[in-house]
Amino acid sequence: MSKVLMKGNEAIGEAAIRAGCLNYFAYPITPQTEVAEYLSKRMVEVDGVFLQGESEVAVSYMIFGASACGERVFTTSSSPGVSLMSEGISYITAAECPTVFVNIMRGGPGLGGILPSQADYFQATKGGGHGDYKLLVMAPASVQEAVEMVMQAFALADKYRNPVMILGDGLIGQMMEPVEFPDHLKVQPTNKDDWATNGMSTRKSKTRNLVKTLYLDPVELNAHNLKLKAKYEQMAREEIRYEAYNFDGAYRLLIVSYGTMSRVCRTAVDMLREEGLEIAMLRPKHLFPFPCGPIRDAAAKDSCRAVLSVEMSMGQMVEDVERSVAGTSPVHWYGKCGGDVPTPEEVIEAVKKLVD
Amino acid sequence: MGKTFQKPEALADTITHYCPGCTHGVAHRLVAEVIDELGIRDRTVGVAPVGCAVLMYNYFTFDFQEAAHGRAPAMATGIKRVRPDLMVFTYQGDGDLASIGLSEIVHSANRGEKFTTIFINNAVYGMTGGQMAPTTMPEQRTTTSPFGRKTATEGMPMKVSELLASLQTPAYITRQALTRPKYINRAKKAIKKAFTYQMENRCFSLVELISTCPTNWGMTPIDALKWAEEKMMPYYELGDYKTPEEN
Repeated sequence: MSKVLMKGNEAIGEAAIRAGCLNYFAYPITPQTEVAEYLSKRMVEVDGVFLQGESEVAVSYMIFGASACGERVFTTSSSPGVSLMSEGISYITAAECPTVFVNIMRGGPGLGGILPSQADYFQATKGGGHGDYKLLVMAPASVQEAVEMVMQAFALADKYRNPVMILGDGLIGQMMEPVEFPDHLKVQPTNKDDWATNGMSTRKSKTRNLVKTLYLDPVELNAHNLKLKAKYEQMAREEIRYEAYNFDGAYRLLIVSYGTMSRVCRTAVDMLREEGLEIAMLRPKHLFPFPCGPIRDAAAKDSCRAVLSVEMSMGQMVEDVERSVAGTSPVHWYGKCGGDVPTPEEVIEAVKKLVD
Repeated sequence: MGKTFQKPEALADTITHYCPGCTHGVAHRLVAEVIDELGIRDRTVGVAPVGCAVLMYNYFTFDFQEAAHGRAPAMATGIKRVRPDLMVFTYQGDGDLASIGLSEIVHSANRGEKFTTIFINNAVYGMTGGQMAPTTMPEQRTTTSPFGRKTATEGMPMKVSELLASLQTPAYITRQALTRPKYINRAKKAIKKAFTYQMENRCFSLVELISTCPTNWGMTPIDALKWAEEKMMPYYELGDYKTPEEN
């Protein structure tokens, strides 16, 4: 299929349809509202479901109800909206319902701003809602990658019976880039009859299904949490994804960066290389599970003096980088989170302070 | 001679956790009888609330989802939008529906979602141990209104059926009671009507049921029934507040 020029938010909406998800519930919030605007028209054309809910809280439960009947469903929002959805996300994860959430991050805390940010890293990877749960978190660095990750997310949600979150910054949603929608990423139907509340007549069953999150018996609740934990451990074994950039030379510093920020860092790495300074970059494509092992190994290279986490936050992913390196190498942070993306020159300045 | 009385197929053969004299058991049975009579058990999905009825799925024999506090109408919306062929109902108490879930029920009713809500109004939070609800009567003592509900600071009890009936979207909104056989029979007819409207894809439907909570009211079951009729029913008047035929 040929490439088309699309805005990130619209491409994300189209990607879900191309993957085979025809159910979408959402609430408007900048900078992701174009997804809802796009799908309000597109879902009519494909005979799908579009509904604008009364709040992000309600939307998260519409998603819950729909996915609990075994239907593919997704929503999109931005930071303050995802805070409101976090209640529902905790329940959905506890109930093991496959769903896809997209967070096109804006600056925080509070209303913050509407410009790009990566300040929801903790919220996405460490919980956000209550209780022990994890989301599989994917972090696209281009509109094309956002499309592919959205399409892959439905299969991953089914595989783990767990919500998947696409964590993109405002630039991913707002910029236009050429994209194509790979046919091979169309998601295959999954039989959910063993758990979904899709009506006994639908699955020709005489026994009913129950989707719940309440376990009053402490032994049962502990067992349920151990079952969830086993899934997160399986994710850690099977779903680590990252890109290694400029790993071949005798690099003196390792940058860890994701999303839009990683594209700026890539330019900085190229510019430094022209100056004769070798710097490597590791870009996590999945933020949970986090590529701890690859970062540890890359930091252990003899020539590498330090690790620098570059992110559009006040230092969130840097904690996972520190955890990965486990004290074997100095770890630093550089970032901004007012909405103006650091320039390659600013990244270069931060790098030079550490290697000169 | 045939059987004259039997347990509905939709009702599980088990003991409930409800307190003696609680009217949840009556409401459950009415819902189960209606589901049996309409022959819809194998395509029904119930949505349980948070509150005393959180474990209600243990007492029914069809698919169930368990919601978070007040969010049952949003879940029912999600189910009904992606599977309009399923019969969907929420069953919610007054703390769940009228307080934390007020937004969800109002907007579901206003969108005209084609599901049914059974609304248990017993003027108190039951599961958490008898706290004041939006429906608590003036001067009624609860564990969080130990001197009685003061309307000057806590407002008047919320009339949910009247509130929802004020919306302009066609709906079936009715208030019935579970305090004596005459009312119970009428309540069953209302529940059947509500489910029938849903089967016909006509409108949102809500059946409010004036119920009792002897434990948290600190009364015997008989006194609780009397209190519901003498204190609640003059304020919460029974009857249909809206029918889709009106529109």
